[in-house]
Amino acid sequence: MSARSIFARPARLAAIAPYLWMVLFFLVPFGFVLKISLSQTAIAQPPYVPLFDLSAGWAAIKAALAELSLDNFKLLVSDSLYISSYLRSIFVAVTSTAILLVIGYPIAYGMARLPQRWQPIAMMLVIVPFWTSFLIRIYAWINILQHDGLLNKVLLALHIVSTPVVWLSTDTAMYIGIVYSYLPFMILPLYATLAKMDGALIEAASDLGASPGRAFWLVTFPLSLPGVGAGALLCFIPIVGEFVIPDLLAGSGSMMIGQTLWLEFFTNKDWPVASAAAVALLLLLIPPLLLYDRLQRGTLRGGG
Amino acid sequence: MTEESPEITPKADGVAGPAKPEPPPQAPVGPAPQLEPAADMPLLRIEGVGKTFGSFRAVDRLSLDIRAGEFFALLGPSGCGKTTLLRMLAGFETPDEGRILLGAKDIAQVPPHLRPVNMMFQNYALFPHLSVRDNIAFGLKRAGMARDEIATRVAEMVALVKLEGMEKRKPDQLSGGQKQRVALARSLARRPQVLLLDEPLAALDKKLRESTQLELMDLQRRLGMTFIIVTHDQEEAMTMAGRIGVMDAGRLEQVATPRELYEAPHSRWVAEFIGDVNLFDGEVGWRENNRLLVTTKEGVTLAVTEPRQRVTKATVCVAIRPEKVKLSRRAPVSDAANTHAINRLEGVVTDVSYLGGLTAYKVKLESGVVVRASVANTARLDIDAYLAGQRVVAWFTPDDCMVLEQ
Repeated sequence: MSARSIFARPARLAAIAPYLWMVLFFLVPFGFVLKISLSQTAIAQPPYVPLFDLSAGWAAIKAALAELSLDNFKLLVSDSLYISSYLRSIFVAVTSTAILLVIGYPIAYGMARLPQRWQPIAMMLVIVPFWTSFLIRIYAWINILQHDGLLNKVLLALHIVSTPVVWLSTDTAMYIGIVYSYLPFMILPLYATLAKMDGALIEAASDLGASPGRAFWLVTFPLSLPGVGAGALLCFIPIVGEFVIPDLLAGSGSMMIGQTLWLEFFTNKDWPVASAAAVALLLLLIPPLLLYDRLQRGTLRGGG
Repeated sequence: MTEESPEITPKADGVAGPAKPEPPPQAPVGPAPQLEPAADMPLLRIEGVGKTFGSFRAVDRLSLDIRAGEFFALLGPSGCGKTTLLRMLAGFETPDEGRILLGAKDIAQVPPHLRPVNMMFQNYALFPHLSVRDNIAFGLKRAGMARDEIATRVAEMVALVKLEGMEKRKPDQLSGGQKQRVALARSLARRPQVLLLDEPLAALDKKLRESTQLELMDLQRRLGMTFIIVTHDQEEAMTMAGRIGVMDAGRLEQVATPRELYEAPHSRWVAEFIGDVNLFDGEVGWRENNRLLVTTKEGVTLAVTEPRQRVTKATVCVAIRPEKVKLSRRAPVSDAANTHAINRLEGVVTDVSYLGGLTAYKVKLESGVVVRASVANTARLDIDAYLAGQRVVAWFTPDDCMVLEQ
């Protein structure tokens, strides 16, 4: 009995805890969704044909397996509604991420250049919005953006516009909501990369004849790319599946995949198709997730 | 306390002659022209430069001349302002007052990227995303050099620091010593008028540090460049530099050759900072010819040779280096005792530390004062060694004593 094994057991438990969590709350539910996506819709409760009944034995399972169909996935590819939803989701996510980067980078850079004692305060200010529920903050934006809302009042008072502008139920409103909500997720990884950058590198660049602007483009920016990648993916991935913001702020013209999913589930009660759409969305997000993972590993190695 | 201003013009060197009237206007500074200053004009003249951070006086009205082709070391304890001074030469800090003349031009307010000086950083500050080649070429590209010229210069630099075959590696694929070489090559590539080195060897292990010291010296001699190195390691400064400026609390305590610093320190502080020393505070009793008799607080009378610069104060400090203190079992006889008035101190050996090349002894005198003596181990067998508890006479000549007035 070595002292090591006494400590090894809880340590090993702690190590497998995240995997247990993943299995319990991700893999098992995903199995359900996958199962439903291979089934057919039915007027029942729940509204799909149950695939297999374990109590009926092996023969029933075999029969059920024969029943499995990829029809729902075929529908996803053939119906332009789904394809356009996916495309719109990706377009919105790319555009939002680009805007977030343009706004977030200067903020993160400014934070990293603040005197040491101000940095925690700046960090707090970035995190403070999380103290209010996300949903409430989006409702607040409805208030601000509506016809007689704060934004129009200010614009009218400043004589920038003469008649109220329609903000609500437009893509602009949606982008405002997305950028507002995701900005901390862009700023924090960028700030983390920029703050730990060795100031001597910038000095070395200027010592070797680079003006401050050149020093930024030749040294600071390339070295912050892991942060840019992490921030971009941290925003891009959830924005693709975003539902609340487009639903509350955007118009009803075209839908993001999250909205389409919701529609299938709750309005059309077509769980199998909705499940197929969800599975497809997940598959779509695996490449950027893997990329994010690789970037994180790279940063960890680089930092160590 | 002699109010010696830290103006640095050591008598021995006779550097700064009478101020020359306006030297010819300097040509526009290209990537590498070596200025030819008037013969008696230093390459770099620091004039009354001061820098304060908040309430901390980092550099206090400091003046210093550095000649072209010199290997100069700024030596001092941490926080003495040596790094701040170096950073002001590089342009990373702007002096609050004073001038920094390079050739004839005041560069005190010139931003770093426009100065014809380069710096080698303490932790090298190599660009981690660039290869060895691109690190070295970085400064050349900024200088707008032609592509093929850059390639030639990089190859030349790589050969200079013996890094052939490593050009494509990234800094994290290099050993500490190799990184150090890349940093050196990068800072030399632009052929700066002055190369600043901030603790360039601090990150290397002892063996590598010693060989690199010699290489740096050799390089400096071959290139004929002006090197200013900042270090807290006195051995390093003494090995490499032709002249050393010892700094404390933002001021230069003394600027001299390594030998002068060690054998003729200006102040008690310098004597204690450079190497080991035995100090005896006392009063000047009487003087004859060039001989002073100093009575120490403990009541011992020491005969010392008066330095060239005559002692004006009554209270002085007699300093003697441990290796100048000899030990013997009996007082040295012979007529030398009379003619040279050898100082003899009787005591008991309390501590013996064998250090290989030498043995360090501590001898406690009757008065309670401890004198340190180091004796070279010139013989392999220990016939000459003394044991703790043994009665010995520690003796030294008046010429080996230094008289300090502060």
